[in-house]
Amino acid sequence: MFLTPEEWTAVILSLRVATVATAVALPFGIAVAYALARSRFWGKPLVEAIVYLPLVLPPVVTGYLLLITFGRRAPVGAFLAEHFGIVFSFRWTGAALACGIMAFPLMVRAIGLSIEAIDRRLEDAASTLGAKPMWRFTTITLPLALPGIIAGGMLAFARALGEFGATITFVSNIPGETQIISAAIYTLTQVPGGDAAALRLVIISVVVSLGALVVSEVLARRATARLHGG
Amino acid sequence: MLAVDVEKQLGELALRASFENAGGIAALFGPSGAGKTSIINMIAGLLTPDRGRIVLDNDVLFDDQVRINVPPWKRRIGTVFQEGRLFPHLSVRHNLDYGRWMSGLAADAKAFAHVVDLLDIGPLLDRRPGKLSGGERQRVAVGRALLMQPRLLLLDEPLASLDAARKRDIVPYLERLRDEASVPMIYVSHDPSEVKHIASRVVRLEDGKVAAVGGVELLP
Repeated sequence: MFLTPEEWTAVILSLRVATVATAVALPFGIAVAYALARSRFWGKPLVEAIVYLPLVLPPVVTGYLLLITFGRRAPVGAFLAEHFGIVFSFRWTGAALACGIMAFPLMVRAIGLSIEAIDRRLEDAASTLGAKPMWRFTTITLPLALPGIIAGGMLAFARALGEFGATITFVSNIPGETQIISAAIYTLTQVPGGDAAALRLVIISVVVSLGALVVSEVLARRATARLHGG
Repeated sequence: MLAVDVEKQLGELALRASFENAGGIAALFGPSGAGKTSIINMIAGLLTPDRGRIVLDNDVLFDDQVRINVPPWKRRIGTVFQEGRLFPHLSVRHNLDYGRWMSGLAADAKAFAHVVDLLDIGPLLDRRPGKLSGGERQRVAVGRALLMQPRLLLLDEPLASLDAARKRDIVPYLERLRDEASVPMIYVSHDPSEVKHIASRVVRLEDGKVAAVGGVELLP
């Protein structure tokens, strides 16, 4: 494709943000999905509601909440910056955080469904064969949930790639730092003569998202086939 | 030596069972709904009794008085379930090795070969459970439980999911298992002809209570 260096920057940045957001969110997504699917604890409906909140909140609201929590002068943001040198505001890491949080509910949903579908009697069988809970989880539960984990990861990746509202509210729209594809498209539509460039990015966006969905479908299908004989 | 003395309320059924097995193979016999599987699950550690005591070879596995409840993964009791419960994502060979891996036992090629030979599952080793017939699946499940070197083997209706022809195919393997393996067993069944083939001692269970203990003459 004939992209300008600026457009390339936005594409590469988007891929990096979405990849990091998905990779960092995945272990948390698996842990939360497992806890919600398997355990009963006080306040579970509340935890469930909070996890799914980004799905129903206007993205701008999520971005604003991130800003007043993880901004440089905000309590959590200041603490992280001072003690760990982690800065989110107006950095690509902040974009990854926003994308990760926006994609989290979809991830948890897909993984949770696949964990709920696991025959728990198989886990009991593993216990009788000497598997401690942690080993039982890694050798039985996790592999059996793999189709859902792949689907959840890819869905989250595609969602992160398309993130706009929360990211632009939280970390603004700085070319080369926080300007992901959707923000770049928005900017281009606001300037005269930007249509062609916007269209190029739209095509890239469609191709990458479609690619992610196709890959996830193929991988999940393969993993499912592996589980049921073959 | 296994000593079971347990109580548990299971919905309508008040389970209250007490029996011993000094070794060899004992059948837990009774109609469905009598609480046989629940007792097996309690011995395996998958179900917690309300009250009582379970002792295996002087090792207390459960005692509500002194609050002992050994988790299933520490009991070393091999269990063969009615539906086999092979792990679908692992080959037959890895299913057979699973107990050894999880129990941290060293590879024992001789024991492996012996069990594979005993149950005649050599040709199946590289297959997935999804590609096995019901009878093959149950033979692999027996092998998997044997290879963890259990102190006790529990067989919970291992033939119930098979049709009559398949049952006839697998009974000889169970007889060989009884004659060649030295591990004590509890064999659960509701089918008197099956029990006659395999067990010499019978614990008859009715409505959650032990109705009689004795030889095969207790069978209808």
